[in-house]
Amino acid sequence: MQPVGAAVPLRVDIAEKTFRSAQGVSITALQDLSFEVRQGEFACLLGPSGCGKTTTLRILLGLDKDFSGSFQLPEGGSDRIAAVFQEPVLLPWRTVEQNVRLALPKSLRTKNLDGLFDTLGLAGMRSLYPAELSLGLARRAALARAFATEPAVLFLDEPFASLDERTAERLRHLLLTVWSARPTTALMVTHNLREALMLSDRIIVLAQRPAHVLGMFDVRLPRHYRNPQVMSDLLRSFQQKFPGVA
Amino acid sequence: MSPPDTGDRPPGAAAGPSSQSGLAAALTPVLTVAVSLLGLCLLWGLAARAWPSRAFPGPGQVWQVLLAEAANGDLFYHLGATLGRVAAAYVVAMVVGSVIGVLLGSHRSADRFFAPWVVLFLNIPALVVIVLAYIWFGLNEAAAIGAVAVNKIPNVVVTMREGARALDPSYAEMAAVYRFGLLDRIRHVLLPQLQPYLAAASRSGIALIWKIVLVVELLGRSNGVGFQIYLYFQLFDVAAILAYTLAFVAVMLVIELLVVQPVERHATRWRRRPA
Ligand SMILES: Nc1ncnc2c1ncn2[C@@H]1O[C@H](COP(=O)(O)OP(=O)(O)OP(=O)(O)O)[C@@H](O)[C@H]1O
Ligand SMILES: [Mg+2]
Repeated sequence: MQPVGAAVPLRVDIAEKTFRSAQGVSITALQDLSFEVRQGEFACLLGPSGCGKTTTLRILLGLDKDFSGSFQLPEGGSDRIAAVFQEPVLLPWRTVEQNVRLALPKSLRTKNLDGLFDTLGLAGMRSLYPAELSLGLARRAALARAFATEPAVLFLDEPFASLDERTAERLRHLLLTVWSARPTTALMVTHNLREALMLSDRIIVLAQRPAHVLGMFDVRLPRHYRNPQVMSDLLRSFQQKFPGVA
Repeated sequence: MSPPDTGDRPPGAAAGPSSQSGLAAALTPVLTVAVSLLGLCLLWGLAARAWPSRAFPGPGQVWQVLLAEAANGDLFYHLGATLGRVAAAYVVAMVVGSVIGVLLGSHRSADRFFAPWVVLFLNIPALVVIVLAYIWFGLNEAAAIGAVAVNKIPNVVVTMREGARALDPSYAEMAAVYRFGLLDRIRHVLLPQLQPYLAAASRSGIALIWKIVLVVELLGRSNGVGFQIYLYFQLFDVAAILAYTLAFVAVMLVIELLVVQPVERHATRWRRRPA
């Protein structure tokens, strides 16, 4: 499958990001954080809780402009970005389908979403309000919204957190299915190593706060070869390369 | 803001109450209200009979005046005039108050600067605003409606400022990431979050506004329920005063039942689960 658009990578070069609390205490969340995600690649940002992963995504999403450094988003296809947040963030007063359509650019507003909803198992839920969904279904709706926009780059912040393992596993497979249909440059935050090994082409390992890159771990193996046996091999070689992480 | 985990229950699975008991349940409150009002009328009639006086007419007399005023068209003319002013003042107060309130609620420094102004305006007596408006802008319709609106605006500002402070930033951030247009943001992100506050401001607003409108009419207009009440006050005609008052209260009740409540039900339909 061909990646979409010209080969501009996602390039991140954040020199420093410091929070100043109301009491005047300053917390440096990120320091000299730089990495690249190649066009059409699925990368995972792996790091301990509180190290600054969400902060990094917020900067890349343009939600936090108070930092020093720079970054470059991939272009081509569309200039749009999509995000799956740590919480689903669906508008409770709009139905599932309205939530998805509202996120679409004007030119795509009326596009046929049947395929996407079917793949994600949301076909019968389009007219439900978010309060009528379980957390797992709400997270699927958030995935549907992100993929429907046909973005140039996709950011995911622990999209499967606080789900039971079976539901999370099913959603990971769904994510892979919709992503493979249109491989988009993607950066996913997680602190679950197994999840990272299963989904990504490349794992960017972050250190404790202030976050900076400890190293990269490339998983070159196609995803359909990653059976339990291979996964435990991958796990072992990851732990050899990064002892003490996860 | 994660929706509660409710399991994947298909809609319609929970059985609703049977339609008969549902109808009875719906009728009971209506009946209660009717009986209660009837009781009040009865009490009023008995009291009027016990203390017969021109200043304390019974419900029958008031009803006669009401019919007479309705027959010669005066009632509807004056009700219409008052209703028009109430509507105009309501719209002006809600729009201006909401815009100011949301701006103050989302800008801390502006709020700190203007908060004393809000307190000041909250405490200016309605009568003062009305008199000054008539002196400065003349005895005209714009001054009348403006004066009523100015009396209501600080309340709306306070309520809507509270609403703006309670806005969930994650929705705004989602809207920013997905590049919602300005109109979409207002219609699909901002207004639904402010809806409970808008409803609260509306409710207290209409009640307050129509009372102030009567004063405005009494002081400087030549039609409307307030003008009529003043007229009959000079004639000492209590039956007519009560007739006009009750007619207008009835109109406001009908508006509440036919407009306010259905609109509110529509705006909060997403909160209810399918039965
Ligand atoms: N608005 C803020 N003000 C002050 N400090 C903040 C703010 N947001 C985050 N921080 C701090 O920055 C650090 C990184 O936070 P961040 O949310 O990015 O962590 P994370 O890696 O996403 O953690 P988790 O895996 O638990 O979600 C934390 O120590 C946190 O206390
Ligand atoms: Mg986080």
